[in-house]
Amino acid sequence: MEFLRPAGWDEALAAKAECPTALPISGGTDVMVEINFDVHRPAALLDLNRVTELAEWTIEDGVVRLGAAVPYARIIEELSGPLPGLALAAHTVGSPQIRNRGTVGGNLGAASPAGDSHPPLLAAGRDVAVEVASRARGTRLIPIDDFYLGVKRNALAPDELIRRVHVPVADGPQQFSKIGTRNAMVIAVAAFGLALHPRNRTVGTGIGSAAPTPRRAVEAEEYLRGVLEEQRLWESGAPLGSEVVQRFGELVRAAAAPIDDVRGTADYRRHTLSVMARRTLTWCWNDYGKQIRSAA
Amino acid sequence: MRVAFTANGRPVEADDVWEGESLLYVLRERVGLPGSKNACEQGECGSCTVYLDGVPVCACLVAAGQVQDREVRTVEGLADPVSGDVGVVQQAFLDAGAVQCGFCTPGLLVQTHALLARDPRPGDTDIREALSGNLCRCTGYEKIMDAVRLASARVSAQGRGQA
Repeated sequence: MEFLRPAGWDEALAAKAECPTALPISGGTDVMVEINFDVHRPAALLDLNRVTELAEWTIEDGVVRLGAAVPYARIIEELSGPLPGLALAAHTVGSPQIRNRGTVGGNLGAASPAGDSHPPLLAAGRDVAVEVASRARGTRLIPIDDFYLGVKRNALAPDELIRRVHVPVADGPQQFSKIGTRNAMVIAVAAFGLALHPRNRTVGTGIGSAAPTPRRAVEAEEYLRGVLEEQRLWESGAPLGSEVVQRFGELVRAAAAPIDDVRGTADYRRHTLSVMARRTLTWCWNDYGKQIRSAA
Repeated sequence: MRVAFTANGRPVEADDVWEGESLLYVLRERVGLPGSKNACEQGECGSCTVYLDGVPVCACLVAAGQVQDREVRTVEGLADPVSGDVGVVQQAFLDAGAVQCGFCTPGLLVQTHALLARDPRPGDTDIREALSGNLCRCTGYEKIMDAVRLASARVSAQGRGQA
């Protein structure tokens, strides 16, 4: 095995171009588990810890540009305001020690359907994009809806590295919910992210751990968007009817394609998704209603 | 490969390190610091918690090559480097009887040390949250809670964040 230690981004891209099978490592919270247990023996490790620009974030034109290697602990501390859904999800990742090391770039690179970052990234809207780059072809933006291809497969080419993820600053309430056996150290049995987007009057969802890839509940999004529009609820902030909440939960449940595995059964996952969808919608809509009333 | 870093304020060097090796292995087997314990090797148990550049991490999940030129502080580094006297957190664990088999203790000491450095007076919820990644399979969590509260009281009484 080789250990590659680029000192900067250009060097990292050069290293990846020369050795496309090199496995990028940043926090190591996934990569080292696989090596420790001999699940995976890559030809080389490409250490990104010295590429300091990956650990930076900026906000430009209402969009957070989140470096791939900003650890979850810093997302919670520094970005709870602009990225509330992602920060909530970050808070459920592993333990404090894991959150000090683990990164959204790692979640995207691993592309596990259980990654906690995925539901809030999907829910944050269709403008969310993963910025990747290669030495040969430069930078490109992959829309989040085109990023996840299959179980642990993403749209990255072998010579590409994840630079950052572009996420619009929240313009409405966002929530995240996750099922597991305890509050810490849990790989999601199922997870759900919800975001309200009052500015363009859309609704964003993200389902985790209940399909081969993270996915959005498209029909649930469209149903709720329609109800909010027809009943002029964006303007009034009036309470949602219980039948609306119920129907939303059913549509989220129907969007999942889970399997039975060691963490839970497909039926249980479907059930939890309908519950999480109803809860997160109630929380988000209550917050939105308060905002409307306090602005009035 | 060769890996050189600072461990508890002292420069150390290890040769013939395998590229997939963890920091934990290097600490325990190559540079004579076996205080950090090896249990789960997947970041679940926290027994190998060490400071890396001042941030608590699981040493089993850090690749050895990643610590080149960086600073590591292990449980051995919590005692006074000159007198060898144990620190406030360590003394509190002794006084509270928060040690049973002892295997989880080094990780709990480092994680508690980090908690009190950040927040000298944590509430019980904060303590449980901070220690949520450290498993004690003797399940002696109540004594551990007592120890952290005791350390917190002593640190606060001293009026400084020196745990």
